[in-house]
Amino acid sequence: MLGRLRNLGHYSLDLFATLGRAGRLWWLAIFRRPSLGNVSLVVNQIYRLGVLSLVITVMSGFSIGAVLALQGYNQLVKYGSESALGLGVALVLVMEIGPVVSALLFAGRAGSAVTAEIGLMKTTEQLASMEMMGVDPLRRIVAPRLWAGFFALPILALMFSVVGIWGAAVIGVEWLGVHEGAFWSTMQEGVDFVHHVMKGVIKSVVFGLVVTWIAVFQGYDAVPTSEGIAAATTRTVVFSSVAVLVLDFFLTLTMFNF
Amino acid sequence: MVSADYLQGKRMNSGVMAGMMIAFGLFLLKPCINSMSDNTMSEDTATDVYDDTVTDDVVVLEDVVYRRGKKTIFNGVSLTIPRGKTVAMMGPSGTGKTTLLRLIGGQLTPDSGRVIVNGQDINAITRDELFELRRDMGMLFQSGALFTDLSVFENVAFPMRVHTDLSEDFIRDLVLIKLQSVGLRGASSLFPSELSGGMQRRVALARAMALDPQILMYDEPFSGLDPIAMGVIVQLIRRVADVYGSTSIVVSHDIQETASIADYIYVLSDGRVIGEGKPDDLRQNTSPRIQQFIKGDSDGPVPFHYPAPDYSEELLAENLKLGWFSFE
Repeated sequence: MLGRLRNLGHYSLDLFATLGRAGRLWWLAIFRRPSLGNVSLVVNQIYRLGVLSLVITVMSGFSIGAVLALQGYNQLVKYGSESALGLGVALVLVMEIGPVVSALLFAGRAGSAVTAEIGLMKTTEQLASMEMMGVDPLRRIVAPRLWAGFFALPILALMFSVVGIWGAAVIGVEWLGVHEGAFWSTMQEGVDFVHHVMKGVIKSVVFGLVVTWIAVFQGYDAVPTSEGIAAATTRTVVFSSVAVLVLDFFLTLTMFNF
Repeated sequence: MVSADYLQGKRMNSGVMAGMMIAFGLFLLKPCINSMSDNTMSEDTATDVYDDTVTDDVVVLEDVVYRRGKKTIFNGVSLTIPRGKTVAMMGPSGTGKTTLLRLIGGQLTPDSGRVIVNGQDINAITRDELFELRRDMGMLFQSGALFTDLSVFENVAFPMRVHTDLSEDFIRDLVLIKLQSVGLRGASSLFPSELSGGMQRRVALARAMALDPQILMYDEPFSGLDPIAMGVIVQLIRRVADVYGSTSIVVSHDIQETASIADYIYVLSDGRVIGEGKPDDLRQNTSPRIQQFIKGDSDGPVPFHYPAPDYSEELLAENLKLGWFSFE
């Protein structure tokens, strides 16, 4: 009993210490006079984290849009309201599935890569040698990746939604024969830019920050061994997936007036 | 040659810096010049041998205690490293020689005691001041620690690009001078993964020297090098110290090579300084621990074995449990 209590105490202390280190990392990397000279580093990271994630994002977006169209049509056609297919698919994609699924894909595709890269830099003393050269790795390595996630993920999420809607249109209009005018006009009528699209963008901004933060911290805090990096990469994907789904619930709760 | 501002770690006028670096590059070619014309430049520029009147200490450790977990790595180490000297830290593996360099570089914080570099307590200054101070330090890591995503050329150019406003042409010339001095100018377009361990070490040395730092720290610079590369590095470390007047801290357990370049040697063991002196004095030292280390005897006061229970007792012990298995 006492042992368990002690374990609980240890565990909580560890948790708080880790959170503290993660917060400090974020603070030191982002909130101290960001230097303009590092713009090219950020652009480079946006390319590596964002542009190179495009293929997986676009392919998943198309598939999910197509599936939503198939399933949505099956249900809607029972009530003769298949013309609302465009509205339904667009709302679901823009508000929920776009930001969430692209964040999950981003965590798997880019987050794990960031963790492994930074963890290996730590293992091979590249971070230490950078420090000894008077270059702060938090600014040189960590900050550009955090900013890149902040910019890249919202754009990826929007592309995901756009391609998803296109996939739904291909399936719904071209194949299942939903009236094209109805498909697009209900969407135009029902989707509000500020109320729906921007709230989705806000979600993906938050997800982008959280996922890259977790990825960068896990790499930076990794035990510098092979097992340490393996564990850190796993934690990145697990933690950021859970964080995205839980945060999504609370963001939806607060932003959509329940 | 070294301005007061530079000592304070302030950013130098890049023109001055460029001039100094070119001058330094030319000095590295000195052997060629010497061989062509028999001048006596080396006598003018070389620093004197270790001199007791020196008062200007670059690095001072005051009663440093450092623990890792329950293990005490340093138990009250005090030492001073005078400006412009080559000081070696020697000792058996596992005595925390690398840890010592990290303490001096401010990457680790001692549990008690002070580490003073260039007159500043390295654990009392802000993070920004620490990074400012580190611009005057160069460190050669045992593994080289080259940036694997950059070519050899870019690795050496990295500190110059970050810390100076020099033009691209100028950086190119400087990098080629540095690479020439370690004999790897021809490898400038290769990537670290294409180099052997010894070559990586030489590139790392060129990078550590890139900004001609006041303090150069070498972590095991001789281990794993072929005899030719070793000779080159030994000469290079000595020449950098003599010509540029930088302070060198060499961590090593290669007695011959280290003794040939060091002005002063500290011998570390069991978390303490067990002996110190000029190389010749140390050879005369009668302490059995130091003699054992210098002669390389496996048996002596410094134990070869990690602390363990009695050998025969452990082998013959009944019910010895190894992992999940037990031998009854």
